[in-house]
This record gives sequence, structure tokens and C-alpha cells, in this order.
Amino acid sequence: MSLTATFTVNGVRRQVDLPDPRVTLLDLLRERLDLTGTKKGCDRGQCGACTILVNGRRTNACLALAISHDGAEITTIEGLATDGVLHPVQEAFIAHDGFQCGFCTPGQIMSAVGLIAEGQAGMDPERVREGMSGNLCRCGAYAGITEAVLDAQARLDAQDRSQAA
Amino acid sequence: MKTFDYVRPASVAEAVAAAAAPGAAFLAAGTNLLDLMKGGIARPDRLVDVTRLPGLDRIERSHDGGFRIGATVRNADLAHDAAFARACPAVAEALLSGASAQLRNAATTGGNLLQRTRCPYFYDTASACNKREPGSGCDAREGENRLHAVLGWSDSCIATNPSDLCVPLVALDAIVEIEGRAGRREIPLEAFHRLPGDAPERDSVLEPGDLIVAVRVPAEAAAFAGHARYLKVRERTSYAFAVVSAAAGLRLEGGRIAEARIALGGVALKPWRAREAEATLAGAPAGPEAFRRAADVALAEARPSGDNAFKIELARRIVVRALTLAAAGTPDRVAALPASAFAASTGATLHV
Repeated sequence: MSLTATFTVNGVRRQVDLPDPRVTLLDLLRERLDLTGTKKGCDRGQCGACTILVNGRRTNACLALAISHDGAEITTIEGLATDGVLHPVQEAFIAHDGFQCGFCTPGQIMSAVGLIAEGQAGMDPERVREGMSGNLCRCGAYAGITEAVLDAQARLDAQDRSQAA
Repeated sequence: MKTFDYVRPASVAEAVAAAAAPGAAFLAAGTNLLDLMKGGIARPDRLVDVTRLPGLDRIERSHDGGFRIGATVRNADLAHDAAFARACPAVAEALLSGASAQLRNAATTGGNLLQRTRCPYFYDTASACNKREPGSGCDAREGENRLHAVLGWSDSCIATNPSDLCVPLVALDAIVEIEGRAGRREIPLEAFHRLPGDAPERDSVLEPGDLIVAVRVPAEAAAFAGHARYLKVRERTSYAFAVVSAAAGLRLEGGRIAEARIALGGVALKPWRAREAEATLAGAPAGPEAFRRAADVALAEARPSGDNAFKIELARRIVVRALTLAAAGTPDRVAALPASAFAASTGATLHV
């Protein structure tokens, strides 16, 4: 059976042939669509380096079979900045040193974007740490990561308020 | 990963027919199955994708106040369903204590019931494991086994069931709705998972082609909503499976316990309902003496399967603590660290 799937990746519609159904969303992004910002860490759902947004929800791309997500809207780290302007979460990670080697950073940032969209953590650092626990950082930049997420949350809240006003 | 055929049936009946063939497996989110396939532990010939089957992704309230949770409802959606979390707060707390936010966004209700043990010898294809390869032996018996079962184990398998969700669900008399080749049937969750005996390769009572379509929580569960907790000891603060966990629910009448529910996780190959312990609490005043007595009864049959005798006393203490927390009352909001042992019974956080 010849399998074809269509995805909207960072706003662009992409049709891909999947002659072999074993392809995960992670391998699809990295090997077929040349979007290597999404990292392959453990490839087993334990580290969070491959975190992307699927239909707006943060997900481990390594444990998602591409063909099963036919039609999905996918956002990766490459899709966050608009017209060369960094996303507030990206800016906050830079401002707060939320990384050292940088390998886990795309996953951390996508996870933070998902966390803020979920709206469960608010400005509680304990809830942020718990909500980010699916993203490991072997450099141990956790303190900066938590500060960055809280700062980004505050900036986005302020943005929402000014847009509503 | 071995290659496989991928099929996407349009109806439950088609799905059951497609999965009845030898070597077929259902695919939902795949958060456990894909991991097992990458490791060569699961080697299906055909994946039957059930994620788009109509009608399986809904949380419904029955006319009597019970809930019917579709098999493909995602863990995060169930945990954050306001009406469900209000009626079954220990279930919401258990869900939020499991895995990570990313996995909870994907993982399904049916998939949670069907996840396989995390015994490292089951995962290591170079080790002997009767569950993975019947008759090959059990390397866990003489291996690293401090986290293994203390209840219901057998000489052929000492693994544990890793589910958090199933622990409060089994305490609340949840029912599993199954569609099979012979039609629809229902099984109490308590009778759904199998103890290992001499056939540990069979995790549950499901037959080939059987599809979980829903899990029902009866209306009576809401009677425990004001005094219901889930408590889970992990080897790290978050994103870890239970060493031992417990769900506790109390129905209090004037300081006395009218009815109690207790179930344990991480201690056996199935979520462990402690009915005799519950019975000792009926009519007793809610307090440490009654809770300790119940905990002793709950673990009366426990015995170590290796270097894990500590889990028996740990489980007793977790039962007492879960009952103490339940008696204090369900918090208005799930704690920042759901089900964490780092929260004192007063509500203060011990974790710094």
C-alpha cells in the first residue's frame, strides 16, 4: 500500500509520500523536510528534546507515527520567529541564560510555548518546574529555564492585556 | 524496528476485524507501543490505527451522574475536564502525576490500561523474560529487583503494572467496555488485568481483536469527591513511575468513616484493590489508629520478590498517608506537584 500524508508545517502545506510507515514525526521533520531544529535526543520519549506542537499541543515527535498524524498542523522551533523577530519565549531564554550547550533548547522552548498555551502554571515557579519536567537538560540550566518561562509568561500576559485594551 | 502494515479502519467493527488477525496490534497515540517497537520488544505485523474512530474521543456524563470516558480521550483532556475532575479528583491527580505534559497530551485512556510493564528485563531483549518470551525464564528474580512486585507475583514474573490512572479507577469500581468479535461486553477494571501466574505473557483478559471502547466510572464515585487523594512515591520529584502509590477515598459521616476505598500501585502486576482493608475502616473514626490497621491488612499478604522488602513498609506508610490526606479533604486545586510525597498533610510543601 502506498501511503501519502499531508501536513501543515510552520504554516506551509507539505505533501509527503510515506512508502515505509515506520517514519515518526521526528524523522519526517529532520530527514525528509530538512527541519533539523527539532532534536533527536533519546528517541524514546524520555528527554523531551524532540518536543513540537501538534495541532497546538506539545508532543514528543519521536513517539508519534507520521502517517497516523496525516492532516496535522505542526509547529517546530523554525516556525516560532516571525519576520526575523524572535518569539517572546526565545527572547526570554536568551535573557535568562536558559541554556548552555543548546541541544535541549528547541525542545525546551517548544515545551514552554505549549505550557504557556495550556495556561495551568501561571506565575508559580513550582508549577512551571513540574510542567517542564518532561524536558531534561544535562547542562543543568534549569534555574534559567524556569526564570525564562516565567518571564515569557509575564510578557505574553502583558501583550494579551494590551491587545485586549 | 520491524516493518508492518498500517491500516486505518473507519469503524469499530472494521477495527476489531482488522486486529483479530495474528500479529496485529491497535495503535492509539503509540507512546508506549512505538517505544516497545523501537526496542524490538513488540514486533507487530500490522498496526490498526484507532485514533480516528468515531465516537471514542468523548467524555460523557450519564443521566445518573456517572462518567463514560472514550478510549481515545487523551490523559491531559481527562485530567482537565472540570466536571470530571470535580467528581473524581483522585483520578485527575493520578493522571497529572504520570509521565510528562507532552506524553499526557498524546496518551489515551485505553492505551493507559494496556501499557506494558517497565521491568528493565522485559525491555532488554538480551535478558530472559517470561512475559516477553514465554518459557525463557525471569532474569529479574536474581537481578536488580528492588522496584519489583510484593503482592500477587509468581515464580515466573515479578514485574509491576506501571499505571497511575488505573489505581484510583480501580478504587472507584471503574468498568471497561470492550468490543470484540462476539460483540460488546463489560468487565470490571479490577478483573481486567491478570496476575502473572504461569502465563505472564498475557497482561489482561483481552482476546485477539478485542478493542477497549470506553471506561465507565459509576455515579457512586462522586460520594468520595470531598475526601479523595492519590499519593505516589517516585525516585525523582517528577516524570517517574511509582515505586509505590496509593489512591484513597473516604465517605465521612460525623467524623466516622461510612465507606472507604483503597487501591495500591507499583506493588503488583495489576492495580491492587485493598477491599479487606476498606472493610476494616467502615464505622471507624477517621484517624491514625484505624488507618494503620487498614494499612496492615492491605499488606498482610505481601512478601518480597527480591531486594524489595522495603516496599512493604513503604506501602503501609503510603496507605496511611493517603488516608490521612483524604481525611483532611480534597484540595480545591491539584497541588503544584501532583500526588507528591513532598507535600505535608497540612498542605505545606516540604520540597525546596
